[in-house]
Amino acid sequence: MAQRPSWLFRNHRLFEKNSFILLVGILVVVAIGGIIEIVPLFYLKNTIEKVEGMRPYTPLELAGQKIYVREGCHVCHSQMIRPLRDEVERYGHYSLAAESMYDHPFLWGSKRTGPDLARVGGKYSDEWQKQHLIDPRSLVPESIMPPYAFLGGRSLDLSTLKDEMSALKFEGVPYTDAMIANAADDAAAQAGGDYDYEPIKKAYAALSGRNDTIAFRDFDGEPGPPSELDALIAYLQMLGTLVDFSTYEADDLSNQR
Amino acid sequence: MTGPSPEIDTHSGIETTGHEWDGIKELNNPLPRWWLFIFWATVAVAIVYWVLMPAWPALPGLQGNTTGVWGQSDRADVAADTAAMQAERATLSAKLASRDATSILQDHELSQLALSLGESAFGDNCATCHGAGGRGAKGYPRLADDVWLWGGSLDEIEQTIRVGIRSGHTETRLSEMPAFGRDEFLTAGQITDLVELVTSVSGRDADAAATARARPIFEEQCSSCHGVDAHGDRSKGVPNLTDADWLYGGDRETIHRTIYGPRYGVMPAWSERLDPAKVRALAIYVHSLGGGE
Repeated sequence: MAQRPSWLFRNHRLFEKNSFILLVGILVVVAIGGIIEIVPLFYLKNTIEKVEGMRPYTPLELAGQKIYVREGCHVCHSQMIRPLRDEVERYGHYSLAAESMYDHPFLWGSKRTGPDLARVGGKYSDEWQKQHLIDPRSLVPESIMPPYAFLGGRSLDLSTLKDEMSALKFEGVPYTDAMIANAADDAAAQAGGDYDYEPIKKAYAALSGRNDTIAFRDFDGEPGPPSELDALIAYLQMLGTLVDFSTYEADDLSNQR
Repeated sequence: MTGPSPEIDTHSGIETTGHEWDGIKELNNPLPRWWLFIFWATVAVAIVYWVLMPAWPALPGLQGNTTGVWGQSDRADVAADTAAMQAERATLSAKLASRDATSILQDHELSQLALSLGESAFGDNCATCHGAGGRGAKGYPRLADDVWLWGGSLDEIEQTIRVGIRSGHTETRLSEMPAFGRDEFLTAGQITDLVELVTSVSGRDADAAATARARPIFEEQCSSCHGVDAHGDRSKGVPNLTDADWLYGGDRETIHRTIYGPRYGVMPAWSERLDPAKVRALAIYVHSLGGGE
């Protein structure tokens, strides 16, 4: 029967008979969806709120964040206080996009087996953080968090910090060349080592517009070179403390979403 | 496009797509009605959503995203919710802030409200160190007894919560026992003797000779803070050594460790994290745990 093919087939023949052209067609259709979702975001005036105080992490804090990721802390702890009354009442001001602008990767998380940590900085003492990481149940008997006692015995590998900071700079974190060059000394200085810490203080204050956002002390209370515990506690004690909320205009229309 | 009408399958009477595989032809059945209806309904819902809710992040001529007819904003919502909650608590907060401690305790209704507010705030913020119900842990004082380092009156408790201990707050409570061993103020033998003395003043058996040797050392080095009778001094946060209550432990080894190099435990200041009414409610709750004065 030499019958004429249907309307549908006549118009689809090109795609239905050539797998490569079909592939290109699929790509085009998916790209249209992607472009509609993504491109308008590039033209938003305000994705990241304008706030005072946000700065890139210091080398020691950055090392702490790497340990946080390595040990999978983000699997059980979120860093995202949602704009809901109960969360704001318990944890403090809801998280801003600006607060994770230097996070690569961001650690918002989606599961709270443990509490949210977005504003845990300064909530407990260093000694508490140390004891709690070494043996969580000695302080909170009902806790199911695993112990991380081994962190105290491991000295921090300072040799990779420069490369990590260079990689972050490539991704857009405004580290200066001097910050990257001094990474190892800065980390030791922040952990209470016998170094001059005025330069690092000044350099980071210049980026944040806010003094005294860096804590310099021996976080794990053990003399000697910085341990992984120093780095992790330094990171935890910084979380959520950078932004000066007295200058944040929550009512500004561009901050409403 | 016009042309000969499509082939009709003789068996079912439905037109075919024209596809043929080994003599089998594909029928061009229409989509089920219910499926088609839901498809168009979702499209319609999407368009209504664009109108009502913030949807388009950027359109030409717009500064930000479209706000939608409803003007919904999670951040505005939470601000409103929090404001409503504060308004609900306003009477309580105002009463808590304006009245002195004794009159709050005498007002049954007010103290009950403060207790419930304080209890939930304690669970969120304090129980992590001081334990559920203030049972305490090594290094974190038990709050459910009548032993106080910095005072157990409502005002003193509130002050401690507000400014913390060695917290970095400008008015922080601060006591700093010297590190007698680490900083070499005393010899190892003198410290061992002092351990015996501390064991003896807290009512336990101790080496009498060592205690006698330690007494002049105690008077010279320790009594200015701990008192000649070792009863401590709450105005400086100095613990009483004669009771059976210990922050880090009362065994000889722990006492030795404390004299050698104290730990300088830190309690954060809460005045920035919590509002004054909540701090007062916390003080009332802690005061009620058993040992309030």
